Amino acid sequence: MAKMILLGTRKGTVIFDQTDAGWHPRPILHAGIPVCYAARDPRDGTLWASLDHGHWGCKLSRSRDRGMSWEDVTSIKFPEGARHIVSYMPTPDFDPEAPTAQAEYADAIVLKIWQIAFGPADQPGRLYAGTIPGGLFISNDGGDNWELNRPLWNHESRGGDLFVGDATSENVWNGTPASIDYGVFEPGIHSIMIDPRDQHHLYVAVSTAGVLETRDGGESWQSRNKGMRMEYMPDPEAEWGHDPHFVTQSSGQPDHLWQQNHCGVFYSDNGAQSWQKVSQPDVGVHFGFPIAADAKDGKTAWVIPAQADAERMAIDGGLCVARTCDGGQSWQILRKGLPQQNTYDIVLRHGLDVSDDCLCFGSTTGNLYLSEDRGESWQCLANNLPPIYSVRFG
Amino acid sequence: MPTVEMTDHLYRYFPQLAKQTITVPAGSVAEVLQAVNDIAPGFSDYILDDHGAVRRHVHLAINESMVIDRKTLSDYVLEDHTVYIFQALTGG
Repeated sequence: MAKMILLGTRKGTVIFDQTDAGWHPRPILHAGIPVCYAARDPRDGTLWASLDHGHWGCKLSRSRDRGMSWEDVTSIKFPEGARHIVSYMPTPDFDPEAPTAQAEYADAIVLKIWQIAFGPADQPGRLYAGTIPGGLFISNDGGDNWELNRPLWNHESRGGDLFVGDATSENVWNGTPASIDYGVFEPGIHSIMIDPRDQHHLYVAVSTAGVLETRDGGESWQSRNKGMRMEYMPDPEAEWGHDPHFVTQSSGQPDHLWQQNHCGVFYSDNGAQSWQKVSQPDVGVHFGFPIAADAKDGKTAWVIPAQADAERMAIDGGLCVARTCDGGQSWQILRKGLPQQNTYDIVLRHGLDVSDDCLCFGSTTGNLYLSEDRGESWQCLANNLPPIYSVRFG
Repeated sequence: MPTVEMTDHLYRYFPQLAKQTITVPAGSVAEVLQAVNDIAPGFSDYILDDHGAVRRHVHLAINESMVIDRKTLSDYVLEDHTVYIFQALTGG
């Protein structure tokens, strides 16, 4: 059972500890520094925070004493020669069907470490980090050293191996709006899933490209976007161009994957070989950012519905959580304990987590809510936190 | 020897550089920064990006002149020069 809730916020890392008297926050850590993701490695208890220094670049910070002291980890860096094809924001006259202009290249610089994921128990020291621009970095020594996964970086969907020359294929990875803060429009990896049955079997999700799978430990990657639909491209069922906001899998039933996408909620019960749209816009389940899957029952998941992309806030001024227990065939809207008037929160992609019967989510309005009964009822843990980017049980 | 002055903000991460006059051998800006990094390991990662260029939101100056070569850091720092490390007002 989780004993800790870690928050990545606009102004630092916030840790809530569970005590006999309930959940209590510590004074903020990394004070003043944006923290886009914070999590606890369940294997050895190491705490991790992804710092997003405005001036000094992004850094990983690590604590091996439950957050009492922290240390900078050697910066994750792209190797010499790592290039990418430059993406540009679509302009009003953007024509997605127009022939691709001459590719422009840029040296890759790590702008954001968007998610940290932990390897299985039988791979101690194995860590993963997803970045903007879309690189997957792997460490085998607990984060002291990191290496870019080149097969994914050099994937044919990104133009091929740009270490050795110019593009040999079209780049179909598009930028994510989350990169605009850095003055670029580049893709990012925000979801990393490791199959607990097979350490060589991983998924990553990319904004904006879609889901990719490897079954050989990252030596080769295949798109897994069959059944996905995007409403903003000429071919809604194209292989690439999808905008997963967050993808997760049931750790106990890893063939069950869930995706909150820009264009709805999608579910797969066959290891992402195909996806099925399970949105129910009539009850508000369609747009949003985070999604959480039950560890035991792959058919159970939770989302936090939001008013569609033009507004990006709580629907009709009230917060709710939607839960399905039947693979998305039906959804229950859960509101007990959540504010239902004059509420405009939005919960970002890493802002919801589940651990056993407990769920917790935090909003960019600085509100934090906890449920200890699988979402049936909620209590407010805090109201005046900085904007919350991530919530993870530890 | 050239002197290096920097925003107080960096002392938070490298307290060993605070409350002292930092002097390093004359040389290129790259060599000056390396010398500071030798005093405070990891310092360069805060100033330079993955490929050794000055980070977008960092400004370097030699006396009153901004450093011109932000990519390979070849500007030369003389014995009586001061190198300044600023936070640019463009971000953060």
